[in-house]
Amino acid sequence: MNVIMIVYYVISAFLVVMLAWNFVREKKSVNDMILYLLVIIPLVLRILRVK
Amino acid sequence: MTTRPFREWTVKAALVAIAALFMVFGGAPLYEHRHYQVPVVAGPGVTKVIKLSEFMPGLKGKMADTDIFVLEGKEPGGKALIMANTHANEPEGLLASVIMIENAVVEKGTLLIIPQFDASAGRNTKPGDGYPLYFDIPTEWGQKRFRMGNRDASPLDQWPDPDLYIHYPDKQLLSFADVRNTNRTWPGRPDGPLTEQVTFAAMEMMRKDKVDIAVDMHGAETMFPVTNCIVAPQKSAKIATLVSMTVKATEGFDNHVEPSPSNFHGLSHREIGDFSDTLPFLLEAPIPFLDQPTGPKTVKLLLDGKDPFLLSLSKKKKLFVPYDENGWPMDKRVGQHCSVVLEIIRQYSKKNPDMAVRINGIPRYADLVKNGTGHYFHDPAKAEKKNIHYE
Repeated sequence: MNVIMIVYYVISAFLVVMLAWNFVREKKSVNDMILYLLVIIPLVLRILRVK
Repeated sequence: MTTRPFREWTVKAALVAIAALFMVFGGAPLYEHRHYQVPVVAGPGVTKVIKLSEFMPGLKGKMADTDIFVLEGKEPGGKALIMANTHANEPEGLLASVIMIENAVVEKGTLLIIPQFDASAGRNTKPGDGYPLYFDIPTEWGQKRFRMGNRDASPLDQWPDPDLYIHYPDKQLLSFADVRNTNRTWPGRPDGPLTEQVTFAAMEMMRKDKVDIAVDMHGAETMFPVTNCIVAPQKSAKIATLVSMTVKATEGFDNHVEPSPSNFHGLSHREIGDFSDTLPFLLEAPIPFLDQPTGPKTVKLLLDGKDPFLLSLSKKKKLFVPYDENGWPMDKRVGQHCSVVLEIIRQYSKKNPDMAVRINGIPRYADLVKNGTGHYFHDPAKAEKKNIHYE
């Protein structure tokens, strides 16, 4: 695994944390909650090295 | 405690549970596909199995490292390299190579077979195009299951893609996706992306082992002009022409010769010849599954090659191969590859008797069409464990 690839995994993890934090903070809009989770799915699958 | 936060956290918990279900049910089949092992029974001709990383230690332990089946004859002679699954969504090459591994016996010279040249692509898929994850070949002892791979290496093994792929060493600008395409990354380099390391390792093998012939087996769309053919550079053209004429005359199928373009870089039929003494050949068998205007991308379409839309286009003369109600079945495609490989080796051996390669046991086109591909696969349950290799 080269350095750039590791950096991309770190960026993905950072985005997952940010999205999760926004999901937790969202109080009203169910649409936004769904949106955060939809965006998280491919990032989590990549970090877990599934797809 | 108020009811409002309770409702908020109930909704959130439900949404997280749904997202988790999507991840588990969407991800599990893909994970299983990536780790599914196909047993290949090393036949009586296999004298050893080595790894591609022997020629490029940097590949060791990576998903792209792959097996090389070595079949050595008793008599010294030339060396022929057969590569399959350079594009893992063109599986006729893979099936032909497994038939060779399980059945070939070499009398003179050496045969080197790489059934999963792009081992990472063989564990990748294309869900957006509705690719099946597996396909089964019927045999006398049951179904033999293979993974359906993808054209490109998995992003799990090589990520991210650049905006443009700048080919090494020619600096030609290629599509970004071609950085994961092992038929655009020849001749490769040891410190390049993973796909360049794979092609560099193969180049090192050809240069160090003094391989005489390299055959790269592919499949191509019926609507693509470079299909049903042997692609050869100038240095291989004489042999390719003789092979094309011979299979037409003696076995009754067409396989014309296409010249390898000198200004299109990264392809095996171009760079192997330019960067080594090896004579390269690239074989294309028509694969209707890859054409765009077809019905659903099913296993049936992959195996029988029958599609009503292609039939309609054929009647309008829009295809580059003859196409009728019989489609273009897998057995025919695998048979073409087996016969053309044998004929390339025979023609080379006729011209270079000291460096000849003589092989027995590989079925030809008519045998495959008559008996089916599965007839030539050996049952791993009845094979000795030491002879089973997982690809």
